[in-house]
Amino acid sequence: SLNCLDWSLLTPATKEMLALAEQVKGRFQGDPSFEYSLSEINAEAAARLVESGKEPVMKEEARLIATVEQIDREVGIVPRGAFVKTPLGSVHENRHFEGLSLVEAKKLSSYFHFTETVSLKNKTLMEKADLDPSTDFLDSLEHDIPRGSWSIQLEKGGTVVVLRSLLWLGLTFYHVPMTKQFGYVYFGTGEKNLDLPFML
Amino acid sequence: ERGHGPYQPHEPGYGLDQPGYSPYEDEIPDPQTRMLAIKNAKAYLLKTSTKSGLNLYDHFANILTKILDEQPTNTVDIIENISKDVKWAQFRKKMDTLRDEHLILPTFEAAEKYKALFIKEDGEEEHEELEEEMGQPSLPNVMETAFYFEQAGIGLNKDESYYIFLALKNLINVQPIQTCRFWGKILGLEMNYIIAEVQLQEGEEEEEIGEEGEETVDEGQKEVGEVEEENEQKAKEAEQPKSTYKPPPEIPKEANGTGTNKYVYFVCNEPGTPWVKLPPVTPAQIVCARKIKKFFTGRLDAPVVSFPPFPGNEANYLRAQIARISAGTHVSPTGFYQFANEDEEEDEGADTYEENPEFEPPPVAEMVESLATWAHHVKGILNQGRCVWINPSQKSEENEEEDEEEEEEEGDEQQEERGPPLLTLISEDEGMKDIPAWTAQASTDLIPQYSVAILQSNRWPGAYAFASGRKFENIYFGWGHKYSPESLTPALPPPAQAEFPSGPGITETVDPTVEEEMAFKAAQEEALAEAEEGEDEEGEDD
Repeated sequence: SLNCLDWSLLTPATKEMLALAEQVKGRFQGDPSFEYSLSEINAEAAARLVESGKEPVMKEEARLIATVEQIDREVGIVPRGAFVKTPLGSVHENRHFEGLSLVEAKKLSSYFHFTETVSLKNKTLMEKADLDPSTDFLDSLEHDIPRGSWSIQLEKGGTVVVLRSLLWLGLTFYHVPMTKQFGYVYFGTGEKNLDLPFML
Repeated sequence: ERGHGPYQPHEPGYGLDQPGYSPYEDEIPDPQTRMLAIKNAKAYLLKTSTKSGLNLYDHFANILTKILDEQPTNTVDIIENISKDVKWAQFRKKMDTLRDEHLILPTFEAAEKYKALFIKEDGEEEHEELEEEMGQPSLPNVMETAFYFEQAGIGLNKDESYYIFLALKNLINVQPIQTCRFWGKILGLEMNYIIAEVQLQEGEEEEEIGEEGEETVDEGQKEVGEVEEENEQKAKEAEQPKSTYKPPPEIPKEANGTGTNKYVYFVCNEPGTPWVKLPPVTPAQIVCARKIKKFFTGRLDAPVVSFPPFPGNEANYLRAQIARISAGTHVSPTGFYQFANEDEEEDEGADTYEENPEFEPPPVAEMVESLATWAHHVKGILNQGRCVWINPSQKSEENEEEDEEEEEEEGDEQQEERGPPLLTLISEDEGMKDIPAWTAQASTDLIPQYSVAILQSNRWPGAYAFASGRKFENIYFGWGHKYSPESLTPALPPPAQAEFPSGPGITETVDPTVEEEMAFKAAQEEALAEAEEGEDEEGEDD
């Protein structure tokens, strides 16, 4: 939506869209039908597209979809225990989640990425024995590369814990300890911060 | 007899009371024995666990009481958790004779800190007298600014704005300040910075320069003493080749009150913590800050590890970034400020500007449409790192007279740099590739008479300015970095210096051993002997 009044549904992202969106750099224009000319950016991709019969352009709408998907996938986080996995394999909200304690809330390891796991299987057997399979089935934030790509701060005298991602500048996650409230929002330019390793 | 309440399907004993549904139906048709069976079942339920001292009967009673009291939705899905909770609630702490320390919640500590902000100072009468003499220092109306920025969706929440307001008031009471402004907030990894832009009263600044001058004089004396000692030592030892490398002359920083150091900045991590003054910025720091991009940690004394190495710690880096952001993004409606003297030449640098009393604010729609209605009111920073260009070779001539050791200079004449003059319109700011340097918007389309013109910088994401009639303000909320469409390419370290080219003249060879030398000598003698014999033979022939 451009004005918070009229909303349009975005289609789910496809792999092509994701691959192309990584090539496009620079700010978003604000117009969903704006077309990026791929021939300037990446001649190979443009050539491939031309061969398959499509035009070598990428619509801003597609780039937006891909960016949203990427952000969700890479930095969408939830606190530990908020979601449980049943023995049947389906994941749903833990209605009995009372929130993290203050001590837990300050630790990065009590927050998980809300996506399919990447490194869970690589943990040592000792670590796996400590895990509780109903709550610890997601990747923790501790092992994010590069280390220190999250900034964790307590605000308002410790009543709210705020995590900010440094990889996607503008992604903010909040949680009120000992309550069920948590969530994340993104306000920003929609560009990944590729200079992160230099900046730490 | 059974004060238990209706049995749930999963509990043992369910259905025992229904005629025809008991599991022992075929075994115990007799009602009396059935009652006995029921009693047995109940006795089983009452059997106390050996581990925890609970029994199943009471536990179920508690669970059901809790469920009926709270009536959660979809109870059957969370029944295990409820059971765990009830067990957990049973746990009683051992009554120690020692009492636990009264736990101080961090919320309480924070509240104490903020409370200090709210306390009025004693001795207000003295302050009032001072104010009348010196002229009232202007406390910025942070709440009003926050209101205007809120229209644009930018800003901090009201609590924090008010705390900042009070903290600024404290700052004014403590330091001799002429004008003060809330500059903005820079986010950091561990803590954030709240920054106030301040102009100190003139007496204070001179004192500082005096102190610095004294310090340098002391150092100079020390250096002279050390150099004399070194000279004596060198006279005794063989003189080592002195390197002819002279580092490029250091570009002096601008005096307090002009150029990049026009304002003094105070920072604090949170409103309520004491304000710390940032040191004035040197051109070398600005030049280096342009090449690196680092996150702020939130601690002012943290080292900045980077290449090229940054001269200073995080306080200096912060000050340099503030200077760059101010120079790049502080704007005001065109015509609000005008030059004091219209005849001033560009060389001297028009540093002073004053408010134009005849300024008529253009309507908001016009402010939004064309960028020509906004102008910078801070001088841009040249490549050298200063606002006013200075020729470094001139300055070092003065130093020559003071230094004892003179070395001839081969300084290249650097080209004079000219920056954009003060009060240039921002429509002349270059964009990057296709992106314009500024984006202007009106805060609302629905109520044009009360809307505010908002300006966002694209070069420094996080810098905003608003204007509404005569009021305008700049602010910064962000991480403190410039925007670049390409990724950062840090400077490569300089190539390793080439070694002295090796030739036969200085190549090391193995010294011949004694045997070899003897053999060589013998061979030479043989050759000589043969030559003599040859001569003798020739002589004999004759």
